[in-house]
Amino acid sequence: MKQVGRELPRLEVRAKVTGRADYVHNLRLPSMLYGKIARATVPHGRVRNIDLSAAKKVAGVHRVVTGDDIRKVIPEPYYGPAFHDQPILALDKVHHVGEPVAVVLARDPAVAERAAQTIAVDYDELPAVYDEVAAMQPDVVVHDMLKPAGTFADLKHLKGRTGTNVALDYHLRRGDIDAAMARAAHVIEHTFKTQQCLHVPFEPFVAVAEPGDDTLTIHTSNQTPSFVRTEIARLFGWPENRVRVKVPFLGGGFGAKVYVKLEALVAALAMLTRRPVKIALTMEEQFYMITKHPTTFRIKSGVDADGKVIARSCEVFWNGGAYADIGPRVTQKSGFTAPGPYDIDNISIDSYALYTNRPPAGALRGFGIPQLVWAYESHTDLLARALGTDPVAFRRKNILREGRPQASGTAMRDAAIAEVLDTIAARLDWDKPFDRGAGTIRRGRGVAVGFKASISPTTSVAIVNVGADGSTTLYTSTVDMGQGSDTAFAQIVAEVLDLDAGAVRIVHPDTDVTPYDMGTLGSRSLFHMGNAVRLAAEDARTKLRALAAEAGLPEGTNYPPAEIFKKRYGMQAGNVVGTASFVPTYKSPDAQTGLSDNVTPFWMIGGAGVEVEVDTETGAVRVTRLVNAADCGKPINPAVARTQLSGAAIMQLGFTLSEDMRLDGGQVTNASLADYKIPGIRDIPPMQNELVEAEQHSGPFGAKGLGESGTFGVSPAIANAIDDAVGVRITSLPITAEAVLRALRARDGKPLKDE
Amino acid sequence: MSTRTINFTLNGQPVSTDIEPHRNLVELLQRFDLFGARESCGQGLCGCCTVLVDDKAVSGCLYFGVWVDGKSVTTVESLDAEGALSIVQQAFIDCGAFQCGFCTPGFVLMVHQLLKEHPNPNDDDILHYLSGNLCRCAAYPEIIEAVKVAARR
Repeated sequence: MKQVGRELPRLEVRAKVTGRADYVHNLRLPSMLYGKIARATVPHGRVRNIDLSAAKKVAGVHRVVTGDDIRKVIPEPYYGPAFHDQPILALDKVHHVGEPVAVVLARDPAVAERAAQTIAVDYDELPAVYDEVAAMQPDVVVHDMLKPAGTFADLKHLKGRTGTNVALDYHLRRGDIDAAMARAAHVIEHTFKTQQCLHVPFEPFVAVAEPGDDTLTIHTSNQTPSFVRTEIARLFGWPENRVRVKVPFLGGGFGAKVYVKLEALVAALAMLTRRPVKIALTMEEQFYMITKHPTTFRIKSGVDADGKVIARSCEVFWNGGAYADIGPRVTQKSGFTAPGPYDIDNISIDSYALYTNRPPAGALRGFGIPQLVWAYESHTDLLARALGTDPVAFRRKNILREGRPQASGTAMRDAAIAEVLDTIAARLDWDKPFDRGAGTIRRGRGVAVGFKASISPTTSVAIVNVGADGSTTLYTSTVDMGQGSDTAFAQIVAEVLDLDAGAVRIVHPDTDVTPYDMGTLGSRSLFHMGNAVRLAAEDARTKLRALAAEAGLPEGTNYPPAEIFKKRYGMQAGNVVGTASFVPTYKSPDAQTGLSDNVTPFWMIGGAGVEVEVDTETGAVRVTRLVNAADCGKPINPAVARTQLSGAAIMQLGFTLSEDMRLDGGQVTNASLADYKIPGIRDIPPMQNELVEAEQHSGPFGAKGLGESGTFGVSPAIANAIDDAVGVRITSLPITAEAVLRALRARDGKPLKDE
Repeated sequence: MSTRTINFTLNGQPVSTDIEPHRNLVELLQRFDLFGARESCGQGLCGCCTVLVDDKAVSGCLYFGVWVDGKSVTTVESLDAEGALSIVQQAFIDCGAFQCGFCTPGFVLMVHQLLKEHPNPNDDDILHYLSGNLCRCAAYPEIIEAVKVAARR
């Protein structure tokens, strides 16, 4: 293979280093209005009155819009991928601080912002609930009635339900959990928690809507252009072909920019005013748009006398905040991997998506998996320690091997779990003596491995156009937000058609032009769209051969396309269009048992090994070494794949050690990069990034998705290493120096006073 | 709102414009269709809006536009004005030192500043100069490598 496996620089390198890459951020249109959002100041309340009088008097204000105005163009203005629970602007109730209540439109964004600050809203405040376990009780009910979107069969039974915050409950039963726990030699239980975090794409959310005669064009920084078209058309009651969604490059996405975010709002405003409307959020506003689920995970294992885990029960509570977004999918699609990559015959899983009065939570690089791995790999390490077994040996004894069924009943295929674990152990020299430090600086090391199913079943469609001069263009609705999909697809097209990948041009998502794709999320693109791209290129190749036959060229000869076209049409004319779609097979989990023998078309495997130094006087933790490993199948572009692994791990390092949205009365008290600390260049430990080459037989040229795998193991590996160093166990993220110091002092019988 | 007339040099060309005193440098540059300096955090913490004013890096989101009156402003768009990429830009490409590319112009300009003042930077110099630029895709290891490659060239 000449093109697949090449370490080709990204296609768009020049545009990005010169600052000329196209982002929605840059877009300005004639007569465009800028919108600024006035937001809820209370976490839960009925809207009594909205006073717009001062805002309307500000010079330069074009119009002030509330939820009632939105109803003039969209009578039922509720959206969401799983539940139609989110109003475009608040109607009767607000459900979290920061919820959009009104919008000021002006030619000058500074005018709009000043006017928006004058909007005064009176609320009848209601009690609020913030904790996911507390939300299991209906003492405070966030939504008066549940409104599932109807697209997901397993949510239909929730329609019209009242008096509950449970947006989805998923249950799995395998084997006989009670009997196995009863006969286990050891039964050990722990509870782990994760905090609310943020994606922090550096290009904050931005969207522009541009009305046409009977059409609407939306330019947006969004990972799911096809979904946006469908959802906006549904809101207006239009056919999809009246809505056009265009997406250039994204300044980061990480799962934030999936489904509808600002698009419904700018669309409604553009239809109300018949003018182009742009809304660009500030960094502070991003903290109220979409976040990562806080979780509580109760995990209990029964282990036999030989150190084999024979039973595991998992109760996971997902704090979805005020709107469901894709949380119910996280609860189910990630829920069934909650027992971890271990071969356990008796399993129970209960996974709950909960509404609370926090800012909404959705997908963030891992779709819930990092929260699960945090718990099951911390717990697994504790089991090994309780039994006096080496943590790596304990994992090897219990790990899911090729062909064995996972909790759901789906067999592991092309899943190099043991190889990833072995690679990490080898790079850490696990079997060799380790310097444990001395005095107040103690050293430890830890490992963790995790796995993830792909969201399924989902569809991708691709078009490959070969022009009359032989130059080739690929049309897909996959969004390149930095992960390198444009480049990988160009390599796949070039491999099939025997071209130079650098010469393949990629047309970015434009739903009038590029075909359907479910979305750029969940590490699905390289597998799903990659397969569609390969098939589309093969279709083009078949059609070129047919054209050569029509032109009377002898079969089996290898004429360049330009010559085939010239021979067939007598000049540089014509073109060949190859198309293909790809959708994997899938079987829904059984409604009673939660089991299915086909839950995913491929498995992602990732893990980490770390060495840490813990300062016992301050609790400060320094990661002195980080080894990341992932099964990426056969990489299409190893250089880009390694940077995905590295970037994901560093992001998770932030979620492990520093990032934490702090709330006070529902208000985020650290909604800025000054107080919400993401990793900077001084925070990067010495790292090794290992691509464990396996083969995904159903993937394009053996490849599989990778964008999230680097996140899986980082958090528990660090907690395991801290335990190894100083013998204390941190069970809540983030692992701050204060948390470690508190644990050390508690261990020594000298606990610090509470805050 | 009243405006002020300012005259300054923009990427080597003398220019003049009327601007309201509350506009920041990023907004000023957008009037000249220059979008390489980008406002992200809005607090001078991320470095996406880095611009050189009289050859010194500033955060364009915190720097009022009127302050450039009489000064020389250099943006990322000047680096390949002759058609060829700068050594730093090429090193960023060769090392794969970015993913989404949103923060990249800020890093590129800051590395230019670093190498101008420290042609052979050590690791401390690199970390010191680049600690005011953040990259959420976390291409930091590749960026450090790119600085070293650029310095060697």
